[in-house]
Amino acid sequence: MRRGATTLGLLLVLAAGCKDRSAESGSAGASTTAPGAGATGDIVIGAYLSMTGSTATFGQETQRGAQLAIDETNAAGGIRGRQVRLVTIDDRGQADEAGNAVSRLIDVEKAVALLGEVQSSLSLVGGRIAQRRRVPMVSPSSTNTQVTEIGDFVFRVCFIDPFQGTVMARFARENLRLSRVAILRDVRSDYSIGLARAFTEAFTAGGGTIVADQSYNAGDTDFSAQLTAIKSAGPDGLFIPGYYTEVGNIARQARRLGLTVPLLGGDGWDSPELRTIGGPDIVGSYYSNHFAPDRVDDRTRGFIERYRARHGETPSGLAALGYDAALVLLDAMRRARELTPVAIRDALVTANVEGVTGRITFDEKRNPIKPAVVLRVTAEGDRFEAQIDPPTQPATTGGAGTGTGSSPTTVPPPSGASTTGAAAPAERPGSGGGERVPEARDPAAAPRS
Amino acid sequence: MSRWLRRGAIALLVVALCWGLDRLFEAFLVEYAVRIVIFCGLNAILAVGLNLINGTTGQFSIGHAGFMAVGAYGGAYTVVQLETWLGPSLTALPTFAQQAVALTSGVLVGATVAAIAGFLVGVPSLRLRGDYLAIVTLGFGEIIRLLFNNSETFGGATGYSGGRPLGLTTYTSFFWVALWAVIVVTVVAHLTRSSYGRALRAIREDEIAAEAVGLPTTRLKVMAFVVSAAAAGIAGALFAHLQSAVRPDDFKLDRSVDMIVMIIVGGLGSVTGAVLGGIFVAVTLELFRQWAEYRLVAYALLLVVLMIVRPQGLLGTRELDLAAVGRWWRARRTGGAS
Repeated sequence: MRRGATTLGLLLVLAAGCKDRSAESGSAGASTTAPGAGATGDIVIGAYLSMTGSTATFGQETQRGAQLAIDETNAAGGIRGRQVRLVTIDDRGQADEAGNAVSRLIDVEKAVALLGEVQSSLSLVGGRIAQRRRVPMVSPSSTNTQVTEIGDFVFRVCFIDPFQGTVMARFARENLRLSRVAILRDVRSDYSIGLARAFTEAFTAGGGTIVADQSYNAGDTDFSAQLTAIKSAGPDGLFIPGYYTEVGNIARQARRLGLTVPLLGGDGWDSPELRTIGGPDIVGSYYSNHFAPDRVDDRTRGFIERYRARHGETPSGLAALGYDAALVLLDAMRRARELTPVAIRDALVTANVEGVTGRITFDEKRNPIKPAVVLRVTAEGDRFEAQIDPPTQPATTGGAGTGTGSSPTTVPPPSGASTTGAAAPAERPGSGGGERVPEARDPAAAPRS
Repeated sequence: MSRWLRRGAIALLVVALCWGLDRLFEAFLVEYAVRIVIFCGLNAILAVGLNLINGTTGQFSIGHAGFMAVGAYGGAYTVVQLETWLGPSLTALPTFAQQAVALTSGVLVGATVAAIAGFLVGVPSLRLRGDYLAIVTLGFGEIIRLLFNNSETFGGATGYSGGRPLGLTTYTSFFWVALWAVIVVTVVAHLTRSSYGRALRAIREDEIAAEAVGLPTTRLKVMAFVVSAAAAGIAGALFAHLQSAVRPDDFKLDRSVDMIVMIIVGGLGSVTGAVLGGIFVAVTLELFRQWAEYRLVAYALLLVVLMIVRPQGLLGTRELDLAAVGRWWRARRTGGAS
């Protein structure tokens, strides 16, 4: 029994230590319910990302993108005369560390908003803490639908999986003028099933027909039975919402069977391996993605040049999404009635930001309504083919008269032509060089005043 | 009779102390600090459990994260089923009663399934020794993780959140972690000091000699392994209800290595040392946060220095107890006065 008492004594000693520490680092924290509410000092955006561990590149690239956006804002005078500081905490790709990181960012670093994570499973853990503590969080690249279902404080700037199905259906119908498409899906993948369902709905709504719907299992190597059935249905396109390994093999076998129609897919195709496996047979196919590095668009090009100047490499899609997540947060801070987490969240709802991955507004589920790009597979690499804008304009921007209008960087949502060809990418006059932030804003001209 | 009375009184005192500390932390500490204290307790449970097999018995297991996973998934699944079954009659209860009903059943189921898993793994593998046993436990740990990774019921790679937006109910508070830590430490400490403990130490010192004097070595090793796995299961279930979700990636080899670091830092074979080691890992990793990407480098350096200065760990094989500390303190005071 004495041993038990001893342990308790130990726990006590430890507890005393922790208490001292938090008392010195967070003496204001115990009493402050609204972190960052003070009018002086840096504004802190807290990022929790995997900077070490097996997914370290995810975190590092996202952080570089976000830091670039924040540095540009600071160089242009910051927000309301205050500098913005990105505090990044490494979570080693582990959920317990992600939880610690988020509570540290809120309690100790006094972050008014959070940026993170890349992996959906970690965004779920961090997002639930953010929701409970009522601090807004923007995930740059968690595509799982569950993430923003957590609650009204959790946002994301990447589109969710099913959206890509809609995108490819419209691309097939409107750009490629296809009318009879076959589907070949991976039956065990939620991602594949979600894309196939969304594609079917949008394609038939657009007047097309699905002539065949075949399935395979990830890991299969022989697809000749499915492809023969598809060929006999006489399609003019084939949608394969799967991952690059199977897609590469399907492409080879389809061409061998004489099925020469265009192949279509989603961001599961996004890998250099696709060309290695598919060889010349995959060339000429199309897939949807978040970001096109070769795009002839001043904003994107400006971002790529500045990123390359800083880091000596071409930004990945993750870096671009990190940049956009930070842009969305900075924009919300500019428009918020005060720099508190709740006010920033309220401003986030009405965001309308021109990012490098497209114009971002949020729907009622806090998922972005933004364009996707379609890439064409060529022998040298993937080339930008088209931008597909979201089908409907959100109701939220309509009722957002309080904030959006006063910001020079936000313009009314585009209307009219929903798809734009490669030759004429959606382009805003005056967005030269992608210089988004330099318009120094008079702090007194804060929106809502 | 008076002995039982005394034990009851001590138990009550312990519960009251845990409860008082819990209230104190809630009132004065920010959530981040409370989380660190909770992780100290969780680490203590893990380390004390692992120490029984790695330290006291001298068998090297590097797959304990697998048993923690079994406890976490088992506990979380049970609690979700219980919540659905009880429905409003559970949510009508006061918070503490909800925690008592749901979390206790989760932890008990978690400990049981982890113990069963420990038995199933232990029986075939504990015939092996040394490196071979380490490799087999490593393999089993990975198998368990990959089973969850591919399980539809448990959410696959995204993890298990009970199919709810806000995830698993976060019942775990300092009180429950402290209470379970005390229970695990008490059980393991008693076991270590009993005749079983002496037998386990005999196996550690010389397995052939132990067998020669008639000890059923395999049975003893399996028993130690099962208790150790159950402790990991308890920690897993508590962990699940702190985190709101259980992910297979949280039970990779890294977690097992963290647990081994705890017991080596604390001193292999020392129960109180394991507690100290668990606390050490939880606190230093958070203390080094300010160094950002150099955090793990600093942590590794500290471990290297510690192993050079104190290769036997903080406590070695000795135990820390209050009476000894008291004697040392009095000796120091009189020494300083003279």
